[in-house]
Amino acid sequence: MEWRDQGALLAVRKHGETSVIIEAFTPAHGRHLGVVRGGVSRKIAPILQPGAQLDLTWRARLDDHIGSFTVEPIRSRAAGVMADRLALAGLNAVTALLSFSLPEREPHPALYQRSITMLDLLAHADADAWPLAYLRWEMALLEDLGFGLDLGRCAVTGTRDDLAYVSPRTGRAVSAEGAGDWADRLLPLPQCLLGQGPVSALEIMDGLRLTGHFLQNWLAPSLGDRPLPEARARLAGLLARHGGTGS
Amino acid sequence: MNDSTRDIQALIDLMARLPGLGPRSARRAVLHMIKKRGLLMAPLADTMAHVAATARECITCGNIGTSDICDICTDDRRATGEICVVEDVADLWAMERAQVFKGRYHVLGGTLSALDAVGPEDLRIPRLIDRVTAEGVTEVILALNATVDGQTTAHYIAEQLEDRGVSITSLAQGVPIGGELDYLDDGTISAALKARKRF
Repeated sequence: MEWRDQGALLAVRKHGETSVIIEAFTPAHGRHLGVVRGGVSRKIAPILQPGAQLDLTWRARLDDHIGSFTVEPIRSRAAGVMADRLALAGLNAVTALLSFSLPEREPHPALYQRSITMLDLLAHADADAWPLAYLRWEMALLEDLGFGLDLGRCAVTGTRDDLAYVSPRTGRAVSAEGAGDWADRLLPLPQCLLGQGPVSALEIMDGLRLTGHFLQNWLAPSLGDRPLPEARARLAGLLARHGGTGS
Repeated sequence: MNDSTRDIQALIDLMARLPGLGPRSARRAVLHMIKKRGLLMAPLADTMAHVAATARECITCGNIGTSDICDICTDDRRATGEICVVEDVADLWAMERAQVFKGRYHVLGGTLSALDAVGPEDLRIPRLIDRVTAEGVTEVILALNATVDGQTTAHYIAEQLEDRGVSITSLAQGVPIGGELDYLDDGTISAALKARKRF
């Protein structure tokens, strides 16, 4: 068995004295694991940093074997984020959430493209753009894994206007009028997720609470109720301290 | 295997578990020690027994020594107000080999890792914060690995020390001595270029 693809590196674990097992997210083969022999060497270890874009060749005798990767670097993203506390937390959150939530060997090409765009934004430390892009990326992650939110129209009145809340039970949008007395039991819907209005710090934090609710209550239970990666909570905490912006 | 070689085989099996050794190299090492029994094997066995009985972590910095507080922590000349934070004892020993740092150390015992579920409470970070206050520290040097996990840990420590009136520095990243640009990865070149200095 053999294939060649590009991929973003999600995680690295030591395997024996000289090898590592890597997790890569590829467009055609999804999240895929494999051994990299000599992965702790001075030559290869700097390449194998989470977020790196790699050219991967996977070989195994049988398809269900873990197999081994031969890796060639395409570009490193770690160097661009290491000096930036928030961007580094963002990169950790993206790679940890992908590693946490994606099933093995199941392609998600659309999510792959979004993830690569997200990682590139982080690597360029585009502080104005990436918090909102990250929020949208979490929405895309939920949608791609079958837990998409329906923010198109009000679940109560059917209107497309004045959408202000999301039902924590159904994930459907609710207008201010439709919410009525139930407003305090609903999750605020940041207008930036509807493509309306400027992005404020408050909206980013509201957005993270919104996606966090569904990651925690919809996605995590479907994965055996494991806790969400600490990296996501750390990013949310840092953004809250920095007023919801990446700068 | 008969009784006469069973003990030797047991020694070979134990040696083969050491890092860098396999069964063949363990066999060679054991054979060499047996040939140099008086000169090498007996002193080695005595020293190993002694170290096994006395080796422990320094309760202050996490270095490994044979007393509760290591030589570096008890040396008054090293109370310079600088603490160098390293990931592992091997990193501390590497710094000591260079003989350029004259302050004290703090060994974290690892790095934060989402994958391995290592959080701040699993490392010696609370002890570091206590030391910064108790020892009148003026500078904390973060000498952590230039990896994603290493730098995530460095940023976390920097956050924890932000309001404690202490200078926080980190090691420079870039071209190693004797390094050739052609052989460097793009991340290292990028870091080196960002940290360029006037020549």
